[in-house]
Amino acid sequence: MNELILEMRGITKSFFGVLANDNVNLMVNRGEIHALLGENGAGKTTLMNILTGLYKPDSGEIVISGKKVTFASPRDAIKSGIGMVHQNFRLVDSLTVSENVILGLNDIHRFLNIQEIHEAIGNFSKKYGLNIDPKAEIWQLSVGERQRVEILKMLYRKVGLLILDEPTAVLTPQEVVDLFSSLRNMAQEGKTVIIITHKLNEVMEIADRITVLRGGKSVATMLKKDITRQELARIMVGREIPKVLSRRCVMSEENVLELTGIKALNDRGMEALSGLSVCVRKGEILGIAGVAGNGQKELVEVIAGLRPTLAGSMKINGKNLTNCKPGDIINAGVAIVPEDRVGMGLAQNFNVIENLIVKTYRDSENSRRGFLNWKHLRKNAEKIVKDFDIKTAGVFSPVKLMSGGNQQKLLFARETSKKPSLLVAAYPCRGLDLGATHAVHQILLSQKEQGTGILLISEDLDELLNLADRIAVIYEGKITGIVVPGKASIEQIGLMMCGGGKECIS
Amino acid sequence: MEMVTLLTATLHAAIISATPILYAALGEIFAERSGVLNLGVEGIMLVGAATGFYTAVNSQSLLLGILATVAVSLLFGLIFSFITITLRASQVVTGLVLTIFGTGLSAFLGKSMIGQASPVIFHKIPVPVLSKIPILGHVLFNHDMLVYVLYLLVPLSWFVIYRTREGLNLRAVGENPAAADALGINVFAVRYFYVCLGSMFAGLAGAYLSLAYAPSWLENMSAGRGWIAIVLVIFATWNPVRAALGALIFGGVDVLGFKFQARGIGISPYFMRMLPYLITIIVLIIITARSQMAKNLMPKALTIPYDREER
Repeated sequence: MNELILEMRGITKSFFGVLANDNVNLMVNRGEIHALLGENGAGKTTLMNILTGLYKPDSGEIVISGKKVTFASPRDAIKSGIGMVHQNFRLVDSLTVSENVILGLNDIHRFLNIQEIHEAIGNFSKKYGLNIDPKAEIWQLSVGERQRVEILKMLYRKVGLLILDEPTAVLTPQEVVDLFSSLRNMAQEGKTVIIITHKLNEVMEIADRITVLRGGKSVATMLKKDITRQELARIMVGREIPKVLSRRCVMSEENVLELTGIKALNDRGMEALSGLSVCVRKGEILGIAGVAGNGQKELVEVIAGLRPTLAGSMKINGKNLTNCKPGDIINAGVAIVPEDRVGMGLAQNFNVIENLIVKTYRDSENSRRGFLNWKHLRKNAEKIVKDFDIKTAGVFSPVKLMSGGNQQKLLFARETSKKPSLLVAAYPCRGLDLGATHAVHQILLSQKEQGTGILLISEDLDELLNLADRIAVIYEGKITGIVVPGKASIEQIGLMMCGGGKECIS
Repeated sequence: MEMVTLLTATLHAAIISATPILYAALGEIFAERSGVLNLGVEGIMLVGAATGFYTAVNSQSLLLGILATVAVSLLFGLIFSFITITLRASQVVTGLVLTIFGTGLSAFLGKSMIGQASPVIFHKIPVPVLSKIPILGHVLFNHDMLVYVLYLLVPLSWFVIYRTREGLNLRAVGENPAAADALGINVFAVRYFYVCLGSMFAGLAGAYLSLAYAPSWLENMSAGRGWIAIVLVIFATWNPVRAALGALIFGGVDVLGFKFQARGIGISPYFMRMLPYLITIIVLIIITARSQMAKNLMPKALTIPYDREER
């Protein structure tokens, strides 16, 4: 059991002078599930990209089953039995499941017999309990199914060591259960699994051994049974984590947002919202739970005025604003923190000041007769940077040089600066580390206490249960039920997210 | 009876007129399928036409003419590949520069060739038996060698793209190079190969113009056919068989002008000569208006340089 399959010694890698990995050591035994734990930016993914030949290390060596290896490409790694399932799936959307699985294989006949390949892949997937239709094209599949294709791809290449990068980030609770049970099956068959994660719950549930990375360095390796969740958290963060957030109920009966029977199409021209109705009250956080792709993106765009409503009505503070221009909606007091903060939320080449004023540059204190008042802008921006604890090289440096967490704080600073009556936040903590997540949660709670109605879309049920006053579950473009945290379990909500379960409206 | 003769002659001419466009379009399909938009087609066509004509005149050998064309257009393909794939420069800008460069270079070097006639050209070779079929025989099987090669290239290209391992690799590289790379497909090699292949096809399109279509050299003799080919690729949704049909439509419109003129129909010849380009613009408008289709079928990585260590 304690046979060493992988040893990485003294791995160092820097990007443009920034150390991503600093003398990292990792040892993994055959047949174990090994968790690589660390906050975002701790260097987990970089380390695994080095292991799979995607990056070349500046120094250090990799030993596999006793043999020193150097990989020039992922192909070399796969040949040595190491395969990785990346966080952003590396699948070709327009190809079928089978085509994705056999892609790049040399022992497939040069002229493809498509029927035969579908059959072989179908049988192979059944063998591992990874159910999937080999003829389906990737874009038709759910996220969980896509992940199965990725795993299948690696198993079909007979890898002995499978690396999964944040595999549960996009899955429903039920899909996580399925994934973990198939990982355990694989480990029992002698395959080794490395799972990259920053979620402590998962580590405690699935891992045999744990290596913690912090700030690019490997700080500890231990058996799971020898450690508690709290100790692990302290090792990972390197400091005490603030305790559970304090919440006060300040909800009033007044509706800031009232959506009734909203219908809208998605980009492919299919119905994404099919008669969605929901209200957000003044001073409450309404959580929207659901598997990504059930209409959340379209919902945000309808509220923002970026997507036409085909039926139904939208009222903000009692005023009908259905199908109004984004500008009118902003003026009615709506602020939006979009899902894609890099592409849609912030202009990456703009500096901090410019990003802060894109909505308010016309205001009299910001500009006069068409000229910007830089002195005021600078002072104001520096105050905001300080208030929100944003780490930046200065208010004149472009935001693309800032980390995701600091960009998100900047985005929240801009959106909340005009005291909105409705704040829509879509996946605000996706990809953020613990510290930044905590900061965002604080911002949401303090906004709520000031009387803002907040629509919080998230796929992290723990987050919703912690923050929301009510949770509405969205499924196939409709709200299938509204629950109050504490009165429903994660499992019940998870079931509703998949279209099952009773409607328990309260 | 006269109508039949006219129809036969028009269709026959349409195929000839479609040939250079289709050569260029097939080449562009391969390049774009790998994720590289080569807007240098027009320039490469002109250089190919000049090279082929010059070599054929001086060596008195068609084979050498074609080989020289292939070699020079391969060189252009390598230059384009190096700049856009290895150095990751903008494909659009590089392609435009290549077209301007090719147009100027061919005009400059071709000055002395204007008015010359080549002693060797591609003659029509009627296919035994098949060319005797009424109507269709003349339309399809009374052409020169390069047309017959094209008859084979269209289904062959389709088969390669959709039914072979190499074609699967090609499509994967154009759709999601990171995914292909992770599975050990050499993205750079695939792109170099298909861009160069496409460039050679564009060169052949040019050689067809100067050695078969109108055996001579004229400055800017491709007259925008390279650009039509690029539009045709979108119209064909990157499918060689659809490209063949599209090329026939363009070829047919092109020929109509001449036929109308020859029969003295009172439409301005200038208007008729404008038609193929007008149709191109209309096709573009229609495709863009129904953009969903073209957008969904377009290789997702088109025009995006691949950088493995990009973060």
